[in-house]
Amino acid sequence: MSPPARVAASARQVPAQVRELPAIRPIRTRLAITIAGFGALALAACLLTPLLGSTRISLTRAFDRSIPFADNVDAQIFFVARLPRVLSGALVGAALATAGVVFQALLRNPLATPFTLGVSAGASLGAMLVLIFGISIGFGPFSAVPLASFAGAAVATAIVYRLATPYRRAMSTAVLLLAGVTLNSFFSALIMFVQYIADFAQAYRASRWLMGDLDVGSYQPIIAAVPLVAVAFAMFAMLPAALNVLSLGPDAAATRGVDVVRAQRLAFFSASLATSAAVSLAGPIGFVGIVVPHLVRLMVGVDHRIVLPASALFGAAFLVVCDLGARTLLAPVELPVGVLTAMIGGPFFLWLLVRRA
Amino acid sequence: MTLSADRLSYSYSGPRNHVRQGPPEGGHYDGAEFALRDVSVSVAPGSLTGLLGPNGCGKTTLLKLLAGVLKPELGSVRLKERELRVLSARAIAQQIAVVPQETHPAFEFTVLEMVLMGRHPHLGAFQLEGPDDLAIAREALVATGTAHLASRSYTTLSGGEKQRVVIASALAQKPKVLLLDEPTASLDLGYQLEIASLLKELNRERRVTMVLATHDLNLAASLCDTLVLLREGHVLMQGPTNEVLTSATVQQLYGVIADVSFHERAGHVTVIPVRRQ
Repeated sequence: MSPPARVAASARQVPAQVRELPAIRPIRTRLAITIAGFGALALAACLLTPLLGSTRISLTRAFDRSIPFADNVDAQIFFVARLPRVLSGALVGAALATAGVVFQALLRNPLATPFTLGVSAGASLGAMLVLIFGISIGFGPFSAVPLASFAGAAVATAIVYRLATPYRRAMSTAVLLLAGVTLNSFFSALIMFVQYIADFAQAYRASRWLMGDLDVGSYQPIIAAVPLVAVAFAMFAMLPAALNVLSLGPDAAATRGVDVVRAQRLAFFSASLATSAAVSLAGPIGFVGIVVPHLVRLMVGVDHRIVLPASALFGAAFLVVCDLGARTLLAPVELPVGVLTAMIGGPFFLWLLVRRA
Repeated sequence: MTLSADRLSYSYSGPRNHVRQGPPEGGHYDGAEFALRDVSVSVAPGSLTGLLGPNGCGKTTLLKLLAGVLKPELGSVRLKERELRVLSARAIAQQIAVVPQETHPAFEFTVLEMVLMGRHPHLGAFQLEGPDDLAIAREALVATGTAHLASRSYTTLSGGEKQRVVIASALAQKPKVLLLDEPTASLDLGYQLEIASLLKELNRERRVTMVLATHDLNLAASLCDTLVLLREGHVLMQGPTNEVLTSATVQQLYGVIADVSFHERAGHVTVIPVRRQ
């Protein structure tokens, strides 16, 4: 306690216990520090990683407008090969990490991931059908695979929601979990079936998609996913305080003034939307959605008003850096990033866990 | 009347739930599976009311209805003449706080964070707690003797400490009415008396109206000015503690022969169970 506070305390004859209270940083300060720190990290990741890669490029040449784009190899590598990957990595990382935070709070289960409730399995099935039966429809900025996977995710979301929501009552988290896990297995079986009847080349393409890959090839799919993620994030912004109280249980949340049905619905649909957008852009990239929330909690505590924005920023940085590894570790071979997230994130997470204990 | 329940009926397998969910395990919708039947209770401002009755008699259900967590199928709950049904969860939580039997947070919140959650109904949608809220939380920590635990993780506390922290969280809500569901059930004798004196103090000095569900007849006798006896979902009797708590009612309620007499040194009626009927 600072000296003036001590004087004030003794003047008012506050019981001795008050003096035992540790100095506590107000939430405003903690939030500002966290956002500044993680924001700097995310920004650094997004600015530095496009410069790195198997081919050395010169930034001055890349931005030199006197050279025609067709002849400017540096510019082509920077703007066509690397920048879209970095941007989609940041978008997908932020979306999956925050969706993980929200699902973990909604289900009151630290093992929940954005894929627990079957959203990604639905998305994968949609993508498989298009990849294997070679359907090529699409409109606007949406091409066939993302469109189909988004539709699949929406169907899965609707089924799980319908099953877990009794009339005008709070969602049953047990039913949500069971319905999600069952739907996951069901869709996985359908995916295997579709892959089994496909020919070798189609099956190979499909299994590559299932590994998750940020090599989106152009800006078009990113532009299509941005509004979806933006809507999800706007919904997330209304949630953090309610998520804190909801993690005590629905009854405890209700008696602290949370409209439980509304908050659960908002959490469920916003997290499902973020997951659908991320998976339809880059496939089901695993591990980000479970490990980033836990890493962030180990660093900043469990208050969702801090964890949620911090996870968005850290998730973006994490996936962008993982993708740098995917591009460079076995260069010139490029790995799908989904292979690397768990390989990098797993040991790091275990190290943090052990160090803390 | 601060808080009153008027002819409440509630069933967990009621028509509304029945249609969508089917009856719960072992429940029969067509039978008389009402958790509460035609219950009327009135809680005077500033009073400390005890809710007694055997397991499964509907104490917790009644508390949840009084808190607005459950909506009655028949009848109504009124808070200062306004029906709870028409108030938002937030408006109710600004007046009524609840201390449940047990609280298990899914994440490792600190004690201070748990207590500050009590400020939730008083904060706007995007508002972060300010110095005033922190001062209220500190006051609640001091009142419950948990100030030294403020930065500890809630999950690492003992049962008695947890219960006091949850009470502190409820106090930070600055409620007019506090509903407690067996607040001393998992505590040792020392903590039981400590919680009892804490509740008495809060009731006397801050004029917090309290409703307390408990199995501890002696605790009820020492604390409560009014008792409501519940059996099989309906009210057996309600009135001043000294009139209601007798060996006859204990026998009726629990099927237990007991000596009920005034204890000089304790300063209240005590119940000594002798044998099962």
